[in-house]
Amino acid sequence: MTDRGKWHERLKVTLWTLIVPPAIWAGHFLMAYLWAAISCAKVGAFATFPTLFVVGTIIALTLIALSGWIAWKQTHRPGDSAPHQDSTDIDRLRFLAKSTLLLAGLSFVGVIFTALPVVFLRNCL
Amino acid sequence: MRNPWLWALLVAGLTACNAEQSTLHVFGAEARAVRQMALVLTIGAVLIVAIMVALYVRAVRAPEGRLSHDGGMRMVLWLGAIGPTLILTALLIYALPAMRPRATAPGDLTIRVEGEQFWWRVAYDPASDLSPLSSANEVRIPVGRTVIFELTARDVIHSFWIPGLAGKMDMIPGRTNRLVVQAEKAGRYRGVCAEFCGLSHALMAFDVVAMDGADFDAWMARSRAASTGVTASRGARLFDAHGCGGCHAIRGTPHDADIGPDLSRFGERPTLGAGILPPTPANVAAFIRFPQDAKPGARMPAYPQISVADARAIADYLKGLK
Repeated sequence: MTDRGKWHERLKVTLWTLIVPPAIWAGHFLMAYLWAAISCAKVGAFATFPTLFVVGTIIALTLIALSGWIAWKQTHRPGDSAPHQDSTDIDRLRFLAKSTLLLAGLSFVGVIFTALPVVFLRNCL
Repeated sequence: MRNPWLWALLVAGLTACNAEQSTLHVFGAEARAVRQMALVLTIGAVLIVAIMVALYVRAVRAPEGRLSHDGGMRMVLWLGAIGPTLILTALLIYALPAMRPRATAPGDLTIRVEGEQFWWRVAYDPASDLSPLSSANEVRIPVGRTVIFELTARDVIHSFWIPGLAGKMDMIPGRTNRLVVQAEKAGRYRGVCAEFCGLSHALMAFDVVAMDGADFDAWMARSRAASTGVTASRGARLFDAHGCGGCHAIRGTPHDADIGPDLSRFGERPTLGAGILPPTPANVAAFIRFPQDAKPGARMPAYPQISVADARAIADYLKGLK
């Protein structure tokens, strides 16, 4: 398969795709609060095993990992050697890809740190 | 005495001998878990610092050319990002279960504590059909039983903290917070207000008495009855005449106001003025005449018109209430 044929390389990282991992993290954060608020209001306690929340967390982690993987692949585009600091398309791509990768790592940890208290704590007070 | 700083440090270390109000001298299950965690964290932190210092020394002493740039970058990635993230995740998983409140059952003892500037209103079993038992500035709990503290405040935010028993919990006007604890060891301890609440915040403490179950039950039964020591003494007459009953309640008398602290078992209390003074008759008399001297900002007005002898008579009467 040629480079042209690889879908993850055709899907170029941009400023818009850069914000995908933190946006998913934010969405998951909101979901955690909504899920806890609705569970407490309707049931009076967290569900014994919060299936819906765990599924939502797995989806969020998968999406963040996927955008991280795409960014990882794009940081490794063959080309000139480092440093990549010129105002060229390929250096811009590498910069955005690297930033996306780092943000994906941060968002991945952020989602786990948000999810753990929900899974471990059971009371609504 | 060559190095005064060393001596100052040694003297400061004497505070560790305090067993009444210390997170290190635990008498409750919750505080024990917190102390265990603090120990693990401290040992872990010391190990990490030692490892970092060793790596630093190695990097400084390494002959030129021995360390590669790539190796350094890998170390930054693993020891600076991935390692700390994994350690913090492991610590979060280790610490979170301690935040789960202890399970409660319907028969568990409930104690309602309200914070006020600058004292504590205590009610045992407030929902009970029996006559309510209220007290002030002293909390008694049975050892080995689950106790539910219902915590709130009447004026500003206070915080209820018995360091040897459990973590602190805020007392917020209009809201009731629950703190579930279990004492493991009988004894006398001390709690404090842990949220700045006004001029005498630092003078707002309380006594904690953890008692064996049978002793506690006997104390509860005894305390529900009228105060012993209610007499027709001169002190009692002066208490009536000066209108002390307008604010303070004494069980077994017509006085049942709930503005100031309940004085029904005043003679049993180990301290005066919410944990700040020994309850000697002289201190009590002085507190009656000039409460602000001992406790700036206290709501109780001064009574300079009461003579020292009269205040002493009231103090003697109060000291007899048990």
